[in-house]
Amino acid sequence: MGMTVTQKILAAHAGLESVAAGQLIEAKLDIVMGNDITIALAVPEFRKSGAEKVFDKEKVVVVLDHFAPNKDIKAAMNCKVCRDFARENQLTHFFDVGRMGIEHALLPEQGIVAPGEVIIGGDSHTCTYGAIGAFSTGVGSTDLAMGMATGENWFKVPAAIKFVLTGKPGKWVCGKDVMLHIIGRIGVDGALYRSMEFCGDGVASLSMDDRFSITNMAIEAGAKNATFPVDDVCRAYLAEHCAKPWTSYEADEDADYEQVIEIDLSAIRPTVAFPHLPSNTRTIDEVGDVPLDQVFIGSCTNGRLEDMAMAARILKGRKVADTLRVLVIPATPTIYMQCMELGYLRTFMEAGCAVSTPTCGACLGGHMGILAAGEKCLSTTNRNFVGRMGHVESEVYLCSPAVAAASAVAGRIVSPESLEGVE
Amino acid sequence: MQNAHGKAFVFGDDINTDVILPGAYLNVTDPKELASHCMESEDPDFVKNARPGDIMIAQKNFGCGSSREHAPLSIKYLGISCVIASTFARIFFRNALNIGLPILECEEAAKNIKAGDTVSVDFNTGVITNETTGQTFQAEPFPPFMQNLIACGGLVNYSKGKIGK
Repeated sequence: MGMTVTQKILAAHAGLESVAAGQLIEAKLDIVMGNDITIALAVPEFRKSGAEKVFDKEKVVVVLDHFAPNKDIKAAMNCKVCRDFARENQLTHFFDVGRMGIEHALLPEQGIVAPGEVIIGGDSHTCTYGAIGAFSTGVGSTDLAMGMATGENWFKVPAAIKFVLTGKPGKWVCGKDVMLHIIGRIGVDGALYRSMEFCGDGVASLSMDDRFSITNMAIEAGAKNATFPVDDVCRAYLAEHCAKPWTSYEADEDADYEQVIEIDLSAIRPTVAFPHLPSNTRTIDEVGDVPLDQVFIGSCTNGRLEDMAMAARILKGRKVADTLRVLVIPATPTIYMQCMELGYLRTFMEAGCAVSTPTCGACLGGHMGILAAGEKCLSTTNRNFVGRMGHVESEVYLCSPAVAAASAVAGRIVSPESLEGVE
Repeated sequence: MQNAHGKAFVFGDDINTDVILPGAYLNVTDPKELASHCMESEDPDFVKNARPGDIMIAQKNFGCGSSREHAPLSIKYLGISCVIASTFARIFFRNALNIGLPILECEEAAKNIKAGDTVSVDFNTGVITNETTGQTFQAEPFPPFMQNLIACGGLVNYSKGKIGK
């Protein structure tokens, strides 16, 4: 039996000719990443194990992005634990405030992750790097600690679902809509323990930013990881960002996929996930009347340049409704500066949005935009669980940057198509 | 591993880590303080009502969402002796094994045990007994590799031999 892309990468890192779904293996790690939340909890475990130094100072990455800039004294203490650890180990890739971006936008942008690698991260959205053909998955702090100490970890080789993409997405449809559509179709455990491997003619019509949004939310379907093929679009991205040598893998013709699901991109409408699960989706045509208190545009799902460009295109020359507040957070310093140079920041601020330095804070109800009881937020983030962005009686609706920007103007959830003069 | 015995607290599908331990408390690293917020958004009285040794029962996809180890830590340090669910989300599953929180997958037990039933678990055999009704259920046994990981007391002890100074 042939192997999937994921299985080939895992076999190569376990020193095995082949692996099969369900097999338990120990694999070498190319990158181990953590943030201020997960490293702070990992450092005591690291010390408990007797480890003195990380396995490779080039391969352990620390990004202070969650509760940084420090949101309170406890967060400040946690960030200090991470800073001390990073300096003690002389980590090459340590990102503190000012150079820090949201990790899953930052690592590919900085060329720290590459195709064919095995990457673990102390953050569930680590699955994002599958967009460039890596095996990449989220772990907790103990796995993170032992990954940093040994450069290895154990994995159960996942079975896989193949998603064959066809057609081209419509004008206001982006990667986020594609993934919300898929999660709505298969459910929040539709890919539990499995790889989601994307392929088909439709892949070529998706930009890298679309693909990052899609693989980012694989965890929202319960998946272990997701992969996209390394095609011309990906190679062009890598040429610009990644100086590391890399290897790309293709699935065997007779690779074993548990399911094959065809997705016609041209049939997907802008999609919104209603509270309180990412799978609770409706197309924009079915949303009804949902007045909003807050709109958030940013995060590891949708804080990249194309997301900002899409929001700016809609907000240009318009004002956000005076019944709500709008937060925009470009995901990395580079994206922030590009937004500045392209005039997007001016557009956002003239429209009445607040623009912030990168942080994950708002998405997980940590800081920067917490919701009160009864408030509704339309957000380009990835989770809308009970209390995700604040009070347990608040509500989060998930959507694309285009729908978020249009809705910010309208004061309620609407399609960009409904705004006059938007092109 | 010590067997579990306690009162059942029953939860539904897709209990996610934001519900188990809200993001607002991720600046906390003290496990006892984390335990004081366990399941706060789902059942604010859970922490008050649960006694050491009690057992959590849940349906499909327990622990979905974030990779925060704070979630299983809050359950462990509340004194919960075992979580039984139809299925677990994969990161939660790893985290629970890694920190030594006993968990078992058993759909029949998850469906049939009612809140307040007294439940016992034999970890050697995987047999779950509802002492209130007399029903017994057989959980999926762990593969040998994971049994070894658990026997070592979690991943840190398991990894000690491999760490170069």
